[in-house]
Amino acid sequence: MKRSKPTNSETSNSLRPPSKISSHAELKELQRVMAGALFRPLTPQWGMQKRWTDGTLMKSVASQFIKPNDRLTSFERLEIYNRQYWFRVLDCLYDDYPGLRAIVGERKFMKLAKAYLTRYPSDSYTLRDLGNRLEKFLREEPEWCAPREGLTVDMARFEWAQVVAFDGPAKPTVTPDDILDTPPSKLKLGLQPYLSLLELNFAVDDFLIAVKKQESDILRGEASNAKDAAPETRSRRKRVRFPKQEKVYLAVHRHDNALYYKRLEQEEHAILTSLDRGATVEDACVEAVTASTRTNLDWPTQIKQWFDSWSKLGWFCHRS
Amino acid sequence: MPANAFNGYTEYGIGIGLRVPHYRHILAKKPVVDWFEIISENFMVDGGRPLEVLDTILEQYRVVQHGVAIYFGSADKFDREHLKRLKRLVKYTKTPWLSDHLCWGSVDGRYTHDLLPMPYTFSVARHTAQKIKEARDFLEVPICVENVSSYAEYHASEMTEWEFLSEVVEQADCGILLDVNNIYVSSQNHSFDPYDYLNNIPHHRVGQIHIAGHSKFEKYILDTHDHPVLDPVWKMYAHAIKQVGNTATLLEWDDRIPSFDEVHHEALKANQFRDEQLVAAAK
Repeated sequence: MKRSKPTNSETSNSLRPPSKISSHAELKELQRVMAGALFRPLTPQWGMQKRWTDGTLMKSVASQFIKPNDRLTSFERLEIYNRQYWFRVLDCLYDDYPGLRAIVGERKFMKLAKAYLTRYPSDSYTLRDLGNRLEKFLREEPEWCAPREGLTVDMARFEWAQVVAFDGPAKPTVTPDDILDTPPSKLKLGLQPYLSLLELNFAVDDFLIAVKKQESDILRGEASNAKDAAPETRSRRKRVRFPKQEKVYLAVHRHDNALYYKRLEQEEHAILTSLDRGATVEDACVEAVTASTRTNLDWPTQIKQWFDSWSKLGWFCHRS
Repeated sequence: MPANAFNGYTEYGIGIGLRVPHYRHILAKKPVVDWFEIISENFMVDGGRPLEVLDTILEQYRVVQHGVAIYFGSADKFDREHLKRLKRLVKYTKTPWLSDHLCWGSVDGRYTHDLLPMPYTFSVARHTAQKIKEARDFLEVPICVENVSSYAEYHASEMTEWEFLSEVVEQADCGILLDVNNIYVSSQNHSFDPYDYLNNIPHHRVGQIHIAGHSKFEKYILDTHDHPVLDPVWKMYAHAIKQVGNTATLLEWDDRIPSFDEVHHEALKANQFRDEQLVAAAK
């Protein structure tokens, strides 16, 4: 999808609202100023910043293009939109990234989300894509992940993969008949676009399951009249233990339109990754087995089982 | 008007918005509903559960598409990929008409995900009407534009909101999705008489009506869609129905969504006003 290159809102410091709107250029100028005001982060008190990007008083900038009324100043009217923008996008990231929240903590998550959206405002018509550059941002600004940089980035990748798996495109699956006549040395298979293969350094899947279970237990508690559902238990609840460092290979996918994540062996991940890059079935398997440290394994049987399982899950499609 | 070029000459009754918390109930119980309104962008996806649900709904119900991100009023050109996806969905749902808002929400490829008010000038009306025509020609479906609720007005405006709406729809030769609650919210925020609005738009262009609840704060009203419809809005709805006839009506309830039955019951209250209108018309 081609889009105009986004510009950082903080670079729009020379923008001034036009005094009249009688041309397309003036309309665009007004919209740039208003969007610039909306994209600026709120103060810690959830209000609009008092100064514009060039240091001018914001109330003066707002009064140049927004009418006051008998109850609200121009600043206050613009502030309604500024607040609505941030509440909407922060709510969206909050819902999409429960694992990330649990790792960095709720307060720091909100600061991280504000910093991310300030650097990368939405470039898509759908809020579904809001997290599409979060991994990139966390790699560029690792201080937001400290002291758990690796775990945080792994979780961001894992949670974005779930967005893709939920409603990403599916291609017609390859059937055994489609490939019957092609030898493994020539056969190339595509993988479903909704499938993500992740090589991770932490068991973020187990961690997320534990976090969601805790959240759902709390919700159940809050919905009941049980004594232990009192609000103070929420602040006293134990944090889910962070996972230790370990190599984990995951496939995030969907089956019958339900979302799943499946642990893979290292060699499974290697074969699938090679296939995705365009290797033939034979090359992908040979490469994975050669690199494997496992011995005493009946590789032909094992590989056949894997291919049967992947095929049943509908992961293979024709390469485009 | 009940059936006109702007709603594909259909005579739909009371509909409700298709929302995720109600999926299970609708798919299992198959309640009798005249039609569902879907948010186009929620189904402009490539696969997965949303399309599976839509398939099942389309087998049993009439569906009308309502969008939140075309942004007819944005100075930017249309995102062609967006329009192509929208057209695919239009063909798929066979929506008799399509609605989106008379607003802007993106600039330079960056999205606010909000329905921002337009400056009401003749130049902007021309630009907006041109974009509506362009969208209609590409999508090949009648378009109704919805008046939004707003919390700010621009110094640059040269006319009232209803004059601007009239100017745009006349120039674009398109329909109006008349949101009665939005008129009420804006009238309170900008101190105008909502009946002036209702009385001074081209009634023959109204293809659909929206009703909804809102939230009152100390100094302004927010269009929150998280309450039942309030009395002043019902009164305006009755007035609107008298002017435009029994028009397809939809209740919007998007936050703190109660049970399906509660939402449907609230929506069906509109029948009382439609029946009164029928009796009056018969006399």
